[in-house]
Amino acid sequence: MAAGAASGGSATTDTYKEARTWLLLPAWVTLTILVLAPVIMMLIYSFLTKEFRGGVIWEFSLAAYDQFFFDRGLFGDDPPKIEWTYITIFWRSIWQAGAATLLSLLIGFPTAYFIATRSENMRPIWVFLITIPYWVNLLIRTVSMKFLLRDQGPLNDFLMSIGLIDSPLHIVNTNFAVQLGLFYSYLPFMVLPIYAAVERYNFALSEAAADLYASKWTTLRRVLLPAVKPGVFAGCILVFVPSMGSFLAPDLLGGAKNFMIGSLIEEQFKGNAGNWPFGAAASMILLTMVLIILMFSARQQAKADKAGG
Amino acid sequence: MASKQFNIKSYTGFKAITLLCLVVLYAPLVVVTIYSFNASQSLTNWEGVSLRWYADVFTGPESGKFKTAAKNSFFIAIVAATVATTIATLAATGMVRGGRFRFRTVSFGLISLPLMVPEIVLAVATLIFFNSIGFERGLLTILLAHIAFCIPFAYLPISARMQGIEDSYEQAALDLYATKRQAFTKILLPLMMPGIISGFLLAFIVSLDDFIITNFVKGAGVETLPTAIFGSVKQGIKPNIMAISTMLLSVSIVMVTISYFVSKSDNTK
Amino acid sequence: MTDTQQIAIDVRDAVKRYGDFTALKKISLSIMDNEFFTLLGPSGCGKTTLLRMIAGFEDVTEGAIFLFGDEIENLPPNKRPVNTVFQNYALFPHMTILENVAFGLEMRGTSKAEALKKAGEMLELVQLSQFSARKPSQLSGGQQQRVALARALAPQPKVLLLDEPLSALDLKLRKAMQLELKHLQRETGITFIFVTHDQEEALTMSDRIAVMSAGEMQQLGTPTDIYERPHNMFVADFIGETNLLEVSVDGIESGRATCHLGGGHELTCNAVEGIGVGSKVHMSIRPERLYMSDSPVETESLKGRIKENIFVGTDITTIVDLQDGPNFVVRTSNSDRGNKRIFEPGTEMFVNMELGAARLLAD
Repeated sequence: MAAGAASGGSATTDTYKEARTWLLLPAWVTLTILVLAPVIMMLIYSFLTKEFRGGVIWEFSLAAYDQFFFDRGLFGDDPPKIEWTYITIFWRSIWQAGAATLLSLLIGFPTAYFIATRSENMRPIWVFLITIPYWVNLLIRTVSMKFLLRDQGPLNDFLMSIGLIDSPLHIVNTNFAVQLGLFYSYLPFMVLPIYAAVERYNFALSEAAADLYASKWTTLRRVLLPAVKPGVFAGCILVFVPSMGSFLAPDLLGGAKNFMIGSLIEEQFKGNAGNWPFGAAASMILLTMVLIILMFSARQQAKADKAGG
Repeated sequence: MASKQFNIKSYTGFKAITLLCLVVLYAPLVVVTIYSFNASQSLTNWEGVSLRWYADVFTGPESGKFKTAAKNSFFIAIVAATVATTIATLAATGMVRGGRFRFRTVSFGLISLPLMVPEIVLAVATLIFFNSIGFERGLLTILLAHIAFCIPFAYLPISARMQGIEDSYEQAALDLYATKRQAFTKILLPLMMPGIISGFLLAFIVSLDDFIITNFVKGAGVETLPTAIFGSVKQGIKPNIMAISTMLLSVSIVMVTISYFVSKSDNTK
Repeated sequence: MTDTQQIAIDVRDAVKRYGDFTALKKISLSIMDNEFFTLLGPSGCGKTTLLRMIAGFEDVTEGAIFLFGDEIENLPPNKRPVNTVFQNYALFPHMTILENVAFGLEMRGTSKAEALKKAGEMLELVQLSQFSARKPSQLSGGQQQRVALARALAPQPKVLLLDEPLSALDLKLRKAMQLELKHLQRETGITFIFVTHDQEEALTMSDRIAVMSAGEMQQLGTPTDIYERPHNMFVADFIGETNLLEVSVDGIESGRATCHLGGGHELTCNAVEGIGVGSKVHMSIRPERLYMSDSPVETESLKGRIKENIFVGTDITTIVDLQDGPNFVVRTSNSDRGNKRIFEPGTEMFVNMELGAARLLAD
């Protein structure tokens, strides 16, 4: 590198320094008004009083959060007990998202590894094949999944025709169907970061391990996995977070028994039966959980970067 | 096959899992595509190939609803993607070519905010926002919401592309008496075009596909394809839905494929 | 150089700082019209920074830059009639060769047709007319290099700046391009300011060289000056190969200094202003100015033993162990083998030096 590039060349990517404010202004304005302000407004709404036909009355109230956590009986004057209904729904969402993440990891890691070890020309094609379904409408994908898995659907037909089962498997409206739907929704988010990590991995390290008498699986566990851990971690976060707040997969594949946060929130804004402050509060709780996870993962990422660099 | 040789990179079973993964990913789409050509009235029996359900989409009892929904969907997707891509291109120029500045991290956070906030939460927030300012829900609210969440999808490929373009091209242009505006329009913009096209296409697909946010901010009676399909599916999957799905699916795949090849064509080499 | 020659670029007390880091420490420098001027130094020495300040890509923290008498350091690059050949050429990949070369002319307001015509002529000058419709990616490295040159020369700049333009080429091509550049400079009569870290390249092409290190100018002079009469250790060490010996000055008489080096060996050489009796300094002796013989020759002879002969193609490099003293490197050209002798390792012999070969250096 030439002298200038080493000492200050990076400063030259400021070709449009003077115009910077004007260039960024449209994005700032649009996103502040249409994303940031709404989130703040949602926070405010979660502290307002509900109106019975949907909407709110502008009066401060903690009722929404109170309703979420405490049960005060039918008339609201019993001593408060912990209200398990909503906590259970949240817990189920976390559990389902966790199961979907694990499923994605079990399938996604070998897939990402396999793709990353293909020849350089083949890799983009494999990545492309894995990502195409993601770009197909989520609703259509979920409906297709439901169609395939139905009791009288093609999967059961197929399994019965080859004699593997006698009566149809009941998959739809089970937890497993939801997990499968979530897996199907977000699998590329698991594969891509792991793929990127494995692609950067220096296979001479594996060779060194093998040279030093490590078996293949030991090499995988002791040398490769620690090296690609940030990618695996990122993949898990990217699947877990959207899974937790997903709506379509639990709604279409899970049925009433497998209610998740997404459906709980959606219900609060449907027609006149809803409770807007409660929906806003549930959204705030979900958002807070997600932001904590993201912050935690950002710190983890920074640590890994520091260790790697 | 190098199976007999010791290959440090290959693990038994990984290939099988990859193939299984592809099967799981594609089976539902393939099955729906096949059944959309089913001549039968029932979902379960196969009665030969026919285009009757495609015809039904365009002429059947629900055709009017779907036509309007499709028109809305494409109108919103085109406008939202265009506006979002324009905003994203300008923002990427400011971020990638604007030097270091104090609000850089904050700006990036703001741009990627729609990706961090769960979709359902963004939907609730947007609904509440329009409600609080008394903005009547309808096509316009859908459009505004779509513009906002399309921005990061357009921004990411554009800024990635821009980071790959050495700034020596602009410097050479400035050195050869171009003004900054000319260096932008004559050099930077053409070099960024693959990124811009791929950003536009991704924004377009994301807008076309969105269900949750649209479902929250659409006014009564305004439907897009996904909300119309969802409404229909709630009463049970019908063959005409599979025909629509297959068409929409093809649009997405074609657009992603175009985007893939455009972004692969590197005009800086 | 004559007195009538104009100063093309005048750098006055230029300082460049990045935060706490000072990349250039008060550089002053006058580059003449028509000159092939080289900024030479290791990476990080500030040479590229200086070039980019002249081009207008870096602002000047302190000081001023004049172009034919006009102060330019506050002008943006597109208002300065100087053009740059970039290190990686920076040919616009989406334009044809002809469009690339015409770009500067068009931006200066020449009509498109006229610009393309002139660009065509420029391409003829660098013998690339047949490629004018191609894209840069379809050309070889050497051809791209010539296009970059043509593009920078087309608007007829007052000064041409070249930022290590040959570093991406292989050795053979680089040698050929060195000559071509030199010819082109003579033909066009444009001042060239050339940045390189390759001392051989600098010596081959330049009228004058500024040797830089750590943001400071170490020496300014013709190639011969710099090679034969280095001012300090950095220059002696950076340019070519040399024997650097620690010596102490014992006495000075009628312009000659008597010095001794370890092991009781003594040498005389020309005294240098500022280095007095008793000072401990370095002495530089170029290996090709030493030769070996059986018996001492009257000028300066040092007794030693051959350690090793290394064949390096055109030359043989001999390492000589002076008794109780430092090692010497002696280079004998293979074409000189008739009059200069090579000894087997282990042989005792004398190392002799040509008059004026030894030079005292201020550190």
